[in-house]
Amino acid sequence: MSLPQILFLVVGVITLGAAVAVVTSRNVLHSAFLLALTFFGVAVLYVLLDTPYLAAAQVLVYIGAISVLIIFAIMLSRKVAAPDLVQRNSQWLLSLIVAVLLFGVLAYLTLQTAWPAAKQALGVDAIGGLGEAFVGTYALPFEVVSVVLLVALVGAIIIARER
Amino acid sequence: MQVLDDLWIRIAVWFRGLLESFLPPWAVQLTMDVLGILLLIVLGIVVVLAFTYMERKVIARVGDRIGPNRAGPFGIFQAIADAIKMLTKEDVTPTNADRWLFLAAPIVVIIPAVLLYAVLPLGRGMVGVDLNIAVVFVVAMGGIPILTMLMAGWASNNKYALLGAFRTVAQLISYEVPMVVALLTVVLLAGTMSTVGIVEAQASFPFALVTPVAFVVYMLAGLAELNRTPFDLLEADSEIVAGYFIEYSGMKFAMFFLAEYINLFMVAGMITTLFLAGWQWPILPSWLWFLIKVVLVIFLMMWIRATFPRFRIDQMLGFAWKALVPLSLINLFLVALVAKVLEPGWVRTGVLFVSNLALLAGAIAIMAQVARKREERARAAGEAAIKRYYGSEVR
Amino acid sequence: MVPLSWFLVLGAALFCIGVYGVLSRRNAIGILMGVELILNAVNINLIAFWRYRTPDHLTGLVFAVFVMAIAAAEAAVGLALIIAIYRTRNTVIVEDVDLLKM
Repeated sequence: MSLPQILFLVVGVITLGAAVAVVTSRNVLHSAFLLALTFFGVAVLYVLLDTPYLAAAQVLVYIGAISVLIIFAIMLSRKVAAPDLVQRNSQWLLSLIVAVLLFGVLAYLTLQTAWPAAKQALGVDAIGGLGEAFVGTYALPFEVVSVVLLVALVGAIIIARER
Repeated sequence: MQVLDDLWIRIAVWFRGLLESFLPPWAVQLTMDVLGILLLIVLGIVVVLAFTYMERKVIARVGDRIGPNRAGPFGIFQAIADAIKMLTKEDVTPTNADRWLFLAAPIVVIIPAVLLYAVLPLGRGMVGVDLNIAVVFVVAMGGIPILTMLMAGWASNNKYALLGAFRTVAQLISYEVPMVVALLTVVLLAGTMSTVGIVEAQASFPFALVTPVAFVVYMLAGLAELNRTPFDLLEADSEIVAGYFIEYSGMKFAMFFLAEYINLFMVAGMITTLFLAGWQWPILPSWLWFLIKVVLVIFLMMWIRATFPRFRIDQMLGFAWKALVPLSLINLFLVALVAKVLEPGWVRTGVLFVSNLALLAGAIAIMAQVARKREERARAAGEAAIKRYYGSEVR
Repeated sequence: MVPLSWFLVLGAALFCIGVYGVLSRRNAIGILMGVELILNAVNINLIAFWRYRTPDHLTGLVFAVFVMAIAAAEAAVGLALIIAIYRTRNTVIVEDVDLLKM
């Protein structure tokens, strides 16, 4: 077993463990902090996939922005964080069965397929290429996404503002 | 001079050669990596000891005092005495604290601080990793402390800690925006996001001369990121005692303290790298230049701390969003335009320097105007209130 | 060399954990966290496929960045809605937000 494989297994186990704790923890605030850990694990996976830029973006967007937003929301709606509150609904067992079945099917299909084993060497400069793609081929979607972000920003402020 | 310039690299090469004489290649690599990490950690601790002593001395001198002078000659062992005091203190966990988060916060706070050292070019060829996205990495790592502060503030089960955490988070998020825009200006000029590349792009002119606005904005945003005066309202002793780490003591407090001073060195190092040409400049060895510049920047920060009063929270947020963000955005457009039109060289640098100074002067004039208007309005309101109270007999 | 299937299985596992979170949480913020997990799982798959199958075309990478942007927008609006609901109804338990049922 090579070093990347060991790294993948360690990070994968931590990521999945944190993710399981996110959806099962009784304390929502713990869930939120563990969610940040999950995001960090995913960022490490991106590094393993030779995209350090996306890893940095993942840390910046998910940990620096989304996790903080979620934690703020939890602290603002204080009653939610009460640890004695039941956090799962009546259909949790059914959901568990569905999730496990879904995973079984997906994992079976993935492992049945014969993927080409080796990854090719990275021919293009991924970061430069990404930058050019954003102002070239994908200029329009890129602009649309920025407008969506702006609209979401303004909308979020208007919705959450105290009247 | 060449010998001194390569001193550390030569030592590393010599040591590697020594190891290779009796170890297999993978063990050599492992030993060198582990030693490198250990060196960075030791560097962090030395930095903390040196700069706490320096900070106390500088602030004492500005305040016309002597400062620490008991432990050792000129009190140079004061920092060590402080460290021993801190480590031997009782480690208290408050009742009803969230134990796991309370324990995790001081550990997590140190990680991004140490990781950042990896991309800081300490001298010619002296950089942990030459990442081609180093700038994005620095910004991303700057986001993690926000989480740690919320963690510490919430887990302490103390309203002052939570208030301090909220203030800090508001501050960090607000000042990240002008900081990133100022960084973008530098990236635009250098044409690269690698810290090594940025230093090399400043061979002829340091970016502090090319775009002083970005330099000033980054410096102010850096002070805010460090929670130093005038942005130290998270620990405003007179209002909320000590900010988000009020409940921490002993070793755990020492971790926050360590992270704070490592970050101080890091921000000063980033300012040096981005705006003051990093390790460039002639005669002295490169790593010595870097150290001198970092110490000068830190001295400036300490001077500011000893001189200026603290912002109020609305002033702090208003300053970020109404002054720094527009200023840095206008500057970004200006620099992009000039960099597109003119070729690199004396003319471009001159045009950018002059226009930047004009922009800075304009911004200061507008801010002064606004401040004067506000003061007049406040005075008028006060006089009206006095008139209402005393009737028309007042002079 | 990590095989592609490992990444895909991990992505699938993360996705299913997210699905479980969305289906089983009573708390609106918990549901949102499940959605974020799902989006992350999708991103892992996008990037893994890009890296192993079409490293010369940056489509997977570009889409991953778009997913991140949309996730940020979704979190902002979703949490704003949750805060608004908390203000008016004083709860974030989705079962209690049933005004239209009555």
